[in-house]
Amino acid sequence: MNILVVGLNHKTADIEVREKIAFDGHKLSDAFSIMSTLSEIKENIILSTCNRVEVYANVKDADSGAECIKKFLSDFHNIPRETLDKSLYAYDGRNAIRHIYRVASSLDSMVVGEPQILGQLKDAFEFALKRKSTGVFLNRLMKKTLSVAKRIRTETKIAESAVSISFAAVELAKKIFEDLHTKSFMLMGAGEMAELAAGHLINNGVKDVLVTNRTYERAEEIAKEFNGKAVKFDEFLQELVHTDIVICSTGAPHYILLKEQMHKIMKQRKNRPVFIIDISVPRNIDPEINNLDNVYLYNVDDLKGIVNTNIQERSREAEKAEKIVDEEIEAFLKWQKSLSAVPTIVALRDKAEAIRKDELEKTLHKLSGLGEKDVNAIEALTNSIVNKLVHFPTTALKSEAEDKDAMIDIVNRIFGLSMEAGGQSDKSEDAIKEKDNELE
Amino acid sequence: MPVTNIHEAASFFPWCILILFFLLEYRYKIGLLGSFIMPVVFVLMLSSSVFPREIKEINPLLKSYWLIIHTILAFLGDASFAMAFGIGIMYLLQERYLKSKHLSGLFLRLPNLQVLDELNYRLISLGFPLLTLAIITGAIWASTALGKYWRWDPKEVWSLVTWLIYALVLHLRLTLGWRGRKAAVLSIIGFILVIFTFFGVNLILKGFHAFV
Repeated sequence: MNILVVGLNHKTADIEVREKIAFDGHKLSDAFSIMSTLSEIKENIILSTCNRVEVYANVKDADSGAECIKKFLSDFHNIPRETLDKSLYAYDGRNAIRHIYRVASSLDSMVVGEPQILGQLKDAFEFALKRKSTGVFLNRLMKKTLSVAKRIRTETKIAESAVSISFAAVELAKKIFEDLHTKSFMLMGAGEMAELAAGHLINNGVKDVLVTNRTYERAEEIAKEFNGKAVKFDEFLQELVHTDIVICSTGAPHYILLKEQMHKIMKQRKNRPVFIIDISVPRNIDPEINNLDNVYLYNVDDLKGIVNTNIQERSREAEKAEKIVDEEIEAFLKWQKSLSAVPTIVALRDKAEAIRKDELEKTLHKLSGLGEKDVNAIEALTNSIVNKLVHFPTTALKSEAEDKDAMIDIVNRIFGLSMEAGGQSDKSEDAIKEKDNELE
Repeated sequence: MPVTNIHEAASFFPWCILILFFLLEYRYKIGLLGSFIMPVVFVLMLSSSVFPREIKEINPLLKSYWLIIHTILAFLGDASFAMAFGIGIMYLLQERYLKSKHLSGLFLRLPNLQVLDELNYRLISLGFPLLTLAIITGAIWASTALGKYWRWDPKEVWSLVTWLIYALVLHLRLTLGWRGRKAAVLSIIGFILVIFTFFGVNLILKGFHAFV
């Protein structure tokens, strides 16, 4: 049993390589079909996102397994090995587990703490489950991985604060207003960042959406996109009286909203709070407006400042997360180690059972005149002798001793158990499952 | 009623605040609220311990069930003003964070402005009628015990001033839309008056309310 990770990500590979190696659509299904024929690989999961492609596998031998997967990736995608080898990384054992844990908890992501990767990993795992390409070992590892990611999410603030300008805008709105569903929103002008932020606000449930633009047709276009209402540009001041959140990005070369105007509007609003985001450069809204009571004006630099603070906060939290990862690796390795004795225990039991059956049959042959009751009694007797004898080596093997490997070796030798190296019969797979349940 | 001397009153008052705090905490789940209310409670409890504890027989002239009604109303009213005070401070803090764009520390844990402003309004709308009734029942009690509704004793005067402030808070909010920061500041001033009426009048200006 060797856990192996082979893959590449946004840090090691350019977009040109990543898009070639991505498993999109039917490719993923084909890949599973081919992987299932590779004898080196016992279990596998393929994770393919726009930032990373990784294969998680349980292999017989780490080196030849890695080689096998690399060759497969190169052949499957028709990419020369030299190109691929520059970007690919391969980890096994402890490092592989660490890598998987870090990926799932988005410590390895472009934006630390982003939530998508965990969902993508879940999907990849579910797909592998459907294709029956995983077994006890990877299932256990994946289950553990998901819980580690969850633990990190709840115990650290790694995903807490917004790290994009548009999310920061929504978060601020939620600190000013109790319920966005009762608030109306106006988008003034257009632009990628403004529309992105508008989209987030709308997703968070703002009630009415108004759109205004110097060209009315453009306003209508955008309004259609957001399911809102277009407003003539020279009427926006009247609309401000009943608008709670404003995003402004008109590209005007001067202020289009002055303090005196806003002062009047606030009176008409009976001082109900307004949140204004001025994304335009040069600024479109008189910064003095922020000094009015119940008006909260943020410009693009303010939002950038918030995002930067939040990113720093996340990297501090990431350090805590790394500690959790280390802890959890130990827990998994302990479980893995406890499995090393399983094949020996199974072989020992099988051997004892075989001897018992053999001897019982011989003896029953020789004896005659026994009733059904007597046969049953002898059967029970042999059973309990064997069980009691086997019990001691079994508990010793199950215990977590320092010299466990030596003990396994000794038991194998004194009982004459022939173990195929690293081999795993169906029976020991069942036994692992049993043990797995025991542990949970 | 444990309100016949200032030691008892100063212990009973924080108890009323705590009852209200737990109700509010249960309903709104504002974890941080406690950090702003507990200091008030603590200071009140501390102050109660410096006053003499002996219980004197109450002036038989004043003995009446009006005593119970009047004091309960007054204490509950003052307790709501105390909560409004705590909420008002939280509002001012959160507003300062948002205006200065310095978004860290407590900012993340304080609730949103709207909830704080609404809570402030609700607590004052609860406290105001209680205070009004306390003044009315006090007057009735005074008329039965002392033969006069209103005696212009310092406690009465300062209660009236407090009543006027809170009447102003509600009036300005409803007519001119004085919400947010202004409402928060007024509710803080109001509570300072409450405290002055509570202790100051007893200690500095003596009157019939000075627990005889």
